[in-house]
Amino acid sequence: MNKTILNAAVVVALSLPVGAVSANPAGIAELRQMILEMKQQHQQQIQALEARVQQAETRAAAAEQKARSTEGKIVAVEEQVQAKPRSGDNSFNPAISLVFQGGFSSYSQDPEDFHLEGMPLGGEAGLQDEGLALWETELTASANIDNLFYGQATIGLHTHEGEIEVDVEEAFVDTLSLPAGLGLRFGRFYSSVGYLNEKHTHAWDFADAPLAYQAFLGGQYRDDGLRASWVAPLDALFVEVGAETLRGDSYPGGGNSGDFGAVRNMFVNVGGDIGQNNSWQLGVSRVDVDVEERSAGGHAHDDDGESPTFNGDSDLTVVDAVWKTDLGNDKALIFQGEYFRRDEDGQVTFAEGAGEALFNYDGEQDGWYLQGVLQFNRQWRAGVRYDRLSADNDLTMVSNTTGEADDDIFEESGYQSSSHDPDRWAAMVDWSPSEFSRVRLQYARDDSRAEDTDDQIYLQYIMTLGAHGAHQY
Amino acid sequence: MRPQIRQLAGLLVACFLIGSVHAKLNIFACEPEWAALTQELAGGHATVFAATHAGQDPHYVQARPSLIARLRSADLAVCTGAELETGWMPMLQRRARNPKVLAGKPGYFEATQQVTLLEKPAELDRAEGDVHGDGNPHIQVDPRRVLEVAMALSSRLQQLDPGNKPNYEQLLQDFTARWKASIERWQSAAAGLRGKRAVVHHREWIYLLDWLGMQRVGSLEPKPGIPPNMAHLADLKTQQADVIILSPANDKKPSAWLQEQTGTPVVMLPHTVGAVPNSDNLFDLFDEIIRRLSESART
Repeated sequence: MNKTILNAAVVVALSLPVGAVSANPAGIAELRQMILEMKQQHQQQIQALEARVQQAETRAAAAEQKARSTEGKIVAVEEQVQAKPRSGDNSFNPAISLVFQGGFSSYSQDPEDFHLEGMPLGGEAGLQDEGLALWETELTASANIDNLFYGQATIGLHTHEGEIEVDVEEAFVDTLSLPAGLGLRFGRFYSSVGYLNEKHTHAWDFADAPLAYQAFLGGQYRDDGLRASWVAPLDALFVEVGAETLRGDSYPGGGNSGDFGAVRNMFVNVGGDIGQNNSWQLGVSRVDVDVEERSAGGHAHDDDGESPTFNGDSDLTVVDAVWKTDLGNDKALIFQGEYFRRDEDGQVTFAEGAGEALFNYDGEQDGWYLQGVLQFNRQWRAGVRYDRLSADNDLTMVSNTTGEADDDIFEESGYQSSSHDPDRWAAMVDWSPSEFSRVRLQYARDDSRAEDTDDQIYLQYIMTLGAHGAHQY
Repeated sequence: MRPQIRQLAGLLVACFLIGSVHAKLNIFACEPEWAALTQELAGGHATVFAATHAGQDPHYVQARPSLIARLRSADLAVCTGAELETGWMPMLQRRARNPKVLAGKPGYFEATQQVTLLEKPAELDRAEGDVHGDGNPHIQVDPRRVLEVAMALSSRLQQLDPGNKPNYEQLLQDFTARWKASIERWQSAAAGLRGKRAVVHHREWIYLLDWLGMQRVGSLEPKPGIPPNMAHLADLKTQQADVIILSPANDKKPSAWLQEQTGTPVVMLPHTVGAVPNSDNLFDLFDEIIRRLSESART
């Protein structure tokens, strides 16, 4: 724009007033000077413009180069992994969750009288308190400790006879980086025996433990010890082989005699998929226990010294199987069963009155349960379970200073098996509004006791606060 | 006993040998879309296993035995991240005994770490349903984000298998060229969808809507992961939506009800590779999404 005006001015200045100023040489000189100045100005403007064009060109070239380097970025983009915080459980370090369970229980028989003949109850076995009660509160913290270790601890709170008991349910460490598929776990943990034992009660499909767990594992077996296991490097088939050595402080152990591991467990788990929508797992475990002074019988929490004590060997074999079919649209069918067989051999001491009885005990017991759960959708499930136990115990009296008849002592000790095989039917429906809450209604018809059938009703709630739990198979 | 031990030792040695001879990368993809992308970028240099199929919701997968076995021998796990797999992946990583694929190692790749996420909640409250602290994880329905993931994934492949670096570079160049051309094609085909209002079933479409310039005016689930209920559906009737979007995994009843009440067309879109017929790779997936969405908008 400036340029055009300038040009026009020059042309006008040069052409029009020539005649008018020719008479005055001083005027001409002035005019010349003016023209010269204008010319100079003009040139400067042109130069400036040229410089600007050049600048623009350089910039364009730079942009092109930048574009080319962006193109180059397609080859290998710098990953942003390090820049952003990692997600998942680690956003809480450690992941902390609080799970509490409670509910309402109703029995047609006295729950304090619950027993299984020939299989005296130990550990935490028994029924929930009648009426409304808070059953269990668990606080779990877990995290990768570093690149080598993962740790998890669960503190359990229970109310027992009006007193709050604090219990370290679990506190274990898993190795993360051992070579060749090997792994170690040490600390206190739920033993890898059977299928349900390793699962926390809030992940169970029914409100109570199967009868076989009550009879053979004291509800659920956990102990202090060491586990070594190996996962085979197979493509689609899961094969895990492991061994545990455990202290033996809790049922079916009977106190630690100071040596390294009164309970030894060897286990194999195999599992895989069949087609796109079916999965399965089979497990076998074998638990050998050197039992020393194991008190059992009557209600597990009775510490009045009346319980008989057992010394000897206890061998337990468990076979478990799980089958899950995904029916699509959040529908699923889950079958699960476990078979237990136990051999016990040793001597039982039973103090009664002022005297004491000692008898040989040779027991063969087995038990199983089978359950099916149908998941209708993400929130609703229903299931049926059948339990059965049987015991065949051989008792012979060694010495008896109680003044009571041998047969009476056998019966009172709880070690005498009967012709009645305990069995139980249970059905449940549960509703899970989200992954963090569940409410369950369960009815069971329990023929564990020879004398009477017990109608058991549970209305249970399970609430999870904090970290998202794992979807354990 | 002796011969048994010897056999076992033999088996162990054989296993190690099989492990070391494996020349191809063994890749465990958490979802089918990442399996498809990995296949594009790794070509014949990797064996890719998809841990879930389109019929499974990756939120609710269990750490089942076969997945432990698959992860045990994987060189790389390619997952979505942003807590989508929080219920099963950490457990698999602990149980698979494979240090290569632990979080933080080069053998563990999270797609959501490579892109900017939308809908990052200002506060974390489970009363808001299944919210993810890092943001909405369903990034696979935005092809621009898929491209960003592709670039990062390719560089990860090059890092893990430097011997095949030129091959991965070539595959990435090739994929990028085809993908960019496709994005332009999809965008021009979907130009008419700009500004349209959508009601979605689950909040898994935000990245698609964001890409196409569409608006989400409501979702059938009152909160993420909480199934639709009548009261909430009735509220949605007042929303003047142009389309109702659901995926094949969703319950069809709530959207059908809303369609009946409001006349708003329902369109079922594949949320991942293989979710509907003709969506067996990433290109076909977006072809199908754009085709279905454009058709529903015309009616």
